[in-house]
Amino acid sequence: MSEIRMQIDGNEVRAKEGRTVLEAARGVGISIPTLCHHDELQPYGGCRLCIVEVEIHGGKTIVASCVHQAEDDLVISTRSDKIDRIRRSILELLLAHAPDSPTLQELAQEYGADKNKFEQEASFCVHCGLCVRYCAEIKEKHAVGFIDRGIRKEISFLPEIAAAECNDCKECFPLCPTSYLQAAFVLVESLAFPRGKATRA
Amino acid sequence: MTREELEKLRQRIVSERDPDAPCITVCAGTGCLASGARKVIAAFDQKIDAQGLEVDLGFRSTGCHGFCEKGPIVIIDPEEICYLQVTPDDIPEIIEKTIKEKEVIERLLYVDQNTGEKAVHESDIPFYRHQERMVFGANRRIDPKSFEDYLAIGGYEALVKALFEMTPEQVVSEVKNANLRGRGGGGFPAGVKWEIARNAPSETKYVVVNCDEGDPGAYMDRSLMEGNPYGVLEGLTIGAYAIGAHEGYVYIRQEYPLALENLTSAIEDAENRGLLGTDILGSGFNFQVRVHRGAGAFVCGEETALLISLEGEVGEPRPRPPYPAEKGLWGKPTNINNVETWANIPLIIHRGSAAFASIGTEGSKGTKIFSLVGKIANTGLVEVPMGISLRDVVYKIGGGIPGGKKFKAVQTGGPSGGCIPEERLDLEVDFDELTKAGSMMGSGGMIVMDEETCMVDVARYFIDFLTDESCGKCVPCREGLRQMHRILSKITEGRGEESDFEILEELAETAREASLCALGKTAPNPFLSTFRYFREEYEAHIREKKCPALSCRKLVSYYIEPEKCKACLICLKECPAGAIDGAKKTIHIIDQEKCDACGICFEVCPSRFEAVMKISGEPVPPPIPEDQRVVIRKIKQQ
Amino acid sequence: MNDDRIDQIIDNHHGEASSLIQVLLEIQRENHWLPKEALTRVSEKLEVPLRRIQHIATFYRAFSLSPKGRHEVHLCMGTACHVRGAGRVLEKVESETGIKPGETDLDLKFSLETVNCLGCCALGPVMEIDGTTHGRLSAADTTDVLKSYE
Repeated sequence: MSEIRMQIDGNEVRAKEGRTVLEAARGVGISIPTLCHHDELQPYGGCRLCIVEVEIHGGKTIVASCVHQAEDDLVISTRSDKIDRIRRSILELLLAHAPDSPTLQELAQEYGADKNKFEQEASFCVHCGLCVRYCAEIKEKHAVGFIDRGIRKEISFLPEIAAAECNDCKECFPLCPTSYLQAAFVLVESLAFPRGKATRA
Repeated sequence: MTREELEKLRQRIVSERDPDAPCITVCAGTGCLASGARKVIAAFDQKIDAQGLEVDLGFRSTGCHGFCEKGPIVIIDPEEICYLQVTPDDIPEIIEKTIKEKEVIERLLYVDQNTGEKAVHESDIPFYRHQERMVFGANRRIDPKSFEDYLAIGGYEALVKALFEMTPEQVVSEVKNANLRGRGGGGFPAGVKWEIARNAPSETKYVVVNCDEGDPGAYMDRSLMEGNPYGVLEGLTIGAYAIGAHEGYVYIRQEYPLALENLTSAIEDAENRGLLGTDILGSGFNFQVRVHRGAGAFVCGEETALLISLEGEVGEPRPRPPYPAEKGLWGKPTNINNVETWANIPLIIHRGSAAFASIGTEGSKGTKIFSLVGKIANTGLVEVPMGISLRDVVYKIGGGIPGGKKFKAVQTGGPSGGCIPEERLDLEVDFDELTKAGSMMGSGGMIVMDEETCMVDVARYFIDFLTDESCGKCVPCREGLRQMHRILSKITEGRGEESDFEILEELAETAREASLCALGKTAPNPFLSTFRYFREEYEAHIREKKCPALSCRKLVSYYIEPEKCKACLICLKECPAGAIDGAKKTIHIIDQEKCDACGICFEVCPSRFEAVMKISGEPVPPPIPEDQRVVIRKIKQQ
Repeated sequence: MNDDRIDQIIDNHHGEASSLIQVLLEIQRENHWLPKEALTRVSEKLEVPLRRIQHIATFYRAFSLSPKGRHEVHLCMGTACHVRGAGRVLEKVESETGIKPGETDLDLKFSLETVNCLGCCALGPVMEIDGTTHGRLSAADTTDVLKSYE
């Protein structure tokens, strides 16, 4: 496999072909924030926190580093006024739904995000998709999925499958940045599990 | 069939058809069908049958002609006499007078709104006269289900030329030289895309027709597909040959049943005739086409979402790069183009790239079909050369604004586009000029707006549309639009604040720069463009709680002018809130507490009185004293 | 809809997982909605996780997971119709039928949906019911049109 040479934040970075910009950066200790990324899962590109600026044809363009392929001669900046502004904006949008999430609060401090910028609508799910993707890609049980689209999109456990699989697994629980997942599970367990399968009364 | 057999068939058809023989053409596109064309066609059928006229009289129902405002449309050839808004009751007269006596029926002719001039021939009608119907013109001359009709106008000549006289590389070259830019919205040079797909190293490649036409107000692709499915298939087959694809897909939205029916019929017929399938026309080239229906998602008009949908998944777009031309359907090189783009291909191959490129502007060659709709006299589909002025489209072709209202803006590019105000009306319509003006070409929707359209509401409307259609995967679009929608709604309800401007601009930047796909990236455009040109309207909504267009419901009050009210009781009876007080000779008064601002009183007050007025940003005058409420009616002098 | 019919539809599409949406569209068209049993059957036969089918059935507006009314009312909210007053017509339809877009009334008589463009912009505002397009609607016309349906 050949080697790619790029520039990230003024540093020369080498990476194996087939790697993403995020992997290449993290490989040399350059930190880029992420929310929906997980090393064992396919890149998702949903939260957009990992955005970086790429110099192309004399101009700069913003891409999500978790899905952008590392290529020779790329010149990348992981911080700039614009990137910081947009990351702050994304955090503020998410904090409206999950103001108490430790992950979000930590990033909010770093980027100066105001959790009260938008009216709080504490629905908690930030749609990182980690639970859905982990169950599909790693466990291959497909016990939880998304339904609908846009602002009506939600995660939804499939009661029959969840009743059979989840109590012995729950590996997705620690992945949830807002703990909404656990709450959703408890709800579906008490309301929709087939009779006799719920562990709680 | 072989190439030779095709030519023989064409020659036979052409020689059998007498161009001077009388023929009746009725438009049966979806628009005219909704206006009653089916009954008109049935009336003709019945009359022609009863009188045994079919021997000497041709009859044809076609796809959309474009002049949708005036349907049902009937054209009598060879004279090209054009009758508009025809009803079944007119048929006996048309047969007796025009067919038999060659007499024109004046009342069915086009009348110019402004000059009163009538036009007898289709080509005299200003709506048509200023168009250049290179692509759309075929609709008027063919029955979409008739292969013979399509052959008679030169159909499949381009495919024969491509397959037998050109190499695939030469075909790609021609399309490149023609500088055909994608007609679906992106405006990317089709030839460049074709070349990338051509050069991509893969045995398996695909070509796809994007007929998901989701922009509200745009229906060009529907009419092309309904009216000339063979034309689209021919273009697609040429493209497949050029790129080296043997499988094609047509993604057609399920809201287009007639287009679906006509396309499916054309594919089946083409397969039976050896124009699709193996060894097409004996050329050795294999190509087959499958149809996939959309399932109701605007986002599937985005190319990566469309391809994912073809793979049987939810339409959540994929990041680009890689671009579909390199890695598309099932990871294979895929060339996806819009219906109108494909429909231009036979023309380019047949007439040559130089002829095609001789029309249009430096950066935008050829013609574009627009759907000219909204507050415009002549609603319909129009095909014009790139470079025509927007003013000409609105006034010469569109006939201006009805009802004597004042022009305000033209919205182009659908939910990704923007509004062009009066001061920019002289711009030349082409990809780059529209983008410079803060809008974009988009798929071709041109929605005309007048003084009664509130531009803040326009922005809110489009964001509302997009929040419903967003796939929801990425934060800048899903959450950004959610908040933009909240703020714009608040502003239209009189609860906007000065700080809203900055927040809206911030959210616009986040969506534009960081969204995953073009839906999110272009979503802020309607807001940005209306804010650019109509800032004073936003300011009025926020600072004065006023809607200058008198449109936003929560900011408009209704008031009956005492001097004009004739106490006719109409509004009183129609008011759903029971908010109007009055009697037969007592001037009516609207109780502002009960009034819901629905506007029905304004609509129903007889036009000779026009007593109801809309007020915004000012207090409503207090009710007149009881003793002044008696209506004094002038007695007519004998 | 029984399993045999569903199997038939799946076979018509060569049992390919990529035809999932096309299969569901056919079931929706024949049955007027997608019962859970149908989704489970499709999941088994096409060997596609139910999770994916559930997302597809809720993502795309063509599908309904609950029974629809006898008459499906589609009201166009496209830009041209909007500019010509479609909002008023919608209010009238809502008040006459008692339902909002996405809902079906208790008698299963009307189902209401707003659609983005019927492509009859010259006739705006436009409403399509059972394949018949009603154009140039005012609030008053709307009542008459709805009353004409049993």
